[in-house]
Amino acid sequence: MSIRNLLDSMEPNFHKGGKWEKWYALYEAVDTFLYQPNDRAKANAHVRDGIDLKRIMIMVWFAALPCMFWAMYNTGFQANFALSNDPSLVVDGWRAFLLPASMIDHTSLLANVYHGALYFLPVYATVFIVGGFWEVLFAMIRGHEVNEGFFVTSILFSLTLPATIPLWMVALGITFGVVVGKEVFGGTGKNFLNPALTGRAFLFFAYPAAMSGDAVWVIDGYTGATALSVAASQGMDVLTQTVAWSDAFLGNIQGSMGETSTLAIFIGAAILLTTRIASWRIMLGVLIGMAATSTLFNYIGSDSNPMFAMTPAWHLVVGGFAFGMVFMATDPVSASMTNRGRFWYGALIGFMVVLIRVVNPAFPEGMMLAILFANLFAPIFDHFVVQANIKRRLSRG
Amino acid sequence: MKSVLTKPIADNNPIALQILGICSALAVTSSLQVAVVMSLAVIVVTGMSNLLVSLLRNQIPNSIRLIVQMTIIASLVIVVDQVLKAYAYEISKQLSVFVGLIITNCIVLGRAEAFAMKNGPKASFVDGIGNGLGYTLILLVVGFFRELLGAGKLFGYTVLPTINEGGWYEPNGLMLLPPSSFFIIGLFIWALRSWKREQIETPDFVIAPNSRTAEG
Repeated sequence: MSIRNLLDSMEPNFHKGGKWEKWYALYEAVDTFLYQPNDRAKANAHVRDGIDLKRIMIMVWFAALPCMFWAMYNTGFQANFALSNDPSLVVDGWRAFLLPASMIDHTSLLANVYHGALYFLPVYATVFIVGGFWEVLFAMIRGHEVNEGFFVTSILFSLTLPATIPLWMVALGITFGVVVGKEVFGGTGKNFLNPALTGRAFLFFAYPAAMSGDAVWVIDGYTGATALSVAASQGMDVLTQTVAWSDAFLGNIQGSMGETSTLAIFIGAAILLTTRIASWRIMLGVLIGMAATSTLFNYIGSDSNPMFAMTPAWHLVVGGFAFGMVFMATDPVSASMTNRGRFWYGALIGFMVVLIRVVNPAFPEGMMLAILFANLFAPIFDHFVVQANIKRRLSRG
Repeated sequence: MKSVLTKPIADNNPIALQILGICSALAVTSSLQVAVVMSLAVIVVTGMSNLLVSLLRNQIPNSIRLIVQMTIIASLVIVVDQVLKAYAYEISKQLSVFVGLIITNCIVLGRAEAFAMKNGPKASFVDGIGNGLGYTLILLVVGFFRELLGAGKLFGYTVLPTINEGGWYEPNGLMLLPPSSFFIIGLFIWALRSWKREQIETPDFVIAPNSRTAEG
């Protein structure tokens, strides 16, 4: 019996009056994930494209895969590298049990990916199980569908976390992100903030010691400063001596799991842009806003604040800028909806991120806050664009 | 008379339903002790101001009634502030300007204007106390969660020993920041309106149903 027949034979049980009526949302999620939604256009209607929300979300998830593999490789590499340099460090707990000595070798690709997976996969699994629980619970009670948007939220949220974050914090963060960031407003499509970033912001303010950008734990007992905090505390000269720009671009640096490799992120961006899923206008807006603002700061200059001297190229490759630009800012729900609004929305993010990074001494990284801030303004940009359009048409007579 | 006292607690809560007095609920709830003192101060002020305004309600010229009400409220607040400074100096330092700001707390003026101007002194006094209790309820709930989750303590006594003190609890720093009150008040309103469904506001607009039927 094929899966299709199996699902079909089970289906009546999930309809109104069936014995598993309450679980319809879960059934529907599995069915449409494996096959196709049954509410597609059947005749030659005005639909020109077979894509729907589920496929869009799966494509974003797919585009995040390069980052995910790089996250595992780099986390493992950083950990193995630290272990081989400093024999006093030991791996303890359950990871020691799963980590044979042959896998502590920073020259082996497999060993690095394996070691990194021991960090990344538990985080991802926690996000998926806990977030999925809330998603299904709300879908069942409110009677809406379990949406693939959650795939995106879960992978993006996992990738923004540092490697050694305790799993209970992960569970708390995704709970906050899904429930307060999305479901209280009515679920997918009605949230005005990016749920993944909402969850991250909650953890960022609740447990700054575990989340903050200036000391991300590589393995227990070994911390490494991120490039941004080096630049903020010791200046650009020290940064360029310790980290090469190409390393920062490729991602051989320390940082939150998914944000390190600008190259892997750009591969994802290429997928999103060629399939036209992410808006190039938003990405361009962010890029222009960032470049313009940081160039301005370069010209102003400052004796006391070394961040003024950070060039646009460096802003691009350090911290979460590229990741936020490609995956977070382009979230179709919380971004502006009009094309002209998208430029301004992107530019606001680019402007704010540099402003926070350079001027605010409390936060070395500003991408998360900049995007959440711009999320709030997205509807206003749309409003002005729509009003301008109405005015233009009226004046045309 | 009993309903005048109890109604503002759950059915017509000044913070959860009328959404008044949010400002001080954000500011003074990081620890329970401060929240309790603030609540007592507000209960005294709302009760007494309602009583006095109600006694004077037939003498107050309508055109300057707000000024008269404000004068009464401000006098009461100053008395409360001085009493706190005299007998609970440490707490009054923590409350800082927020005792003085009871003058501008919308609950006090709102009840004076909406209830005390139209009802007798006894009912007005009870209404003031009731609204003060409604305010207290929210402050206690918010203060309870903020102090417990943010510092692992209740009334200054350790309940969840924190990691810094050798225990196991990792305090949630967000709870010590004022925005956390927004979340807690919001969740409280959610819970309250799930219980008392008649408090749910009618939506501003209704999204048209999807063209397909409920189960496709």
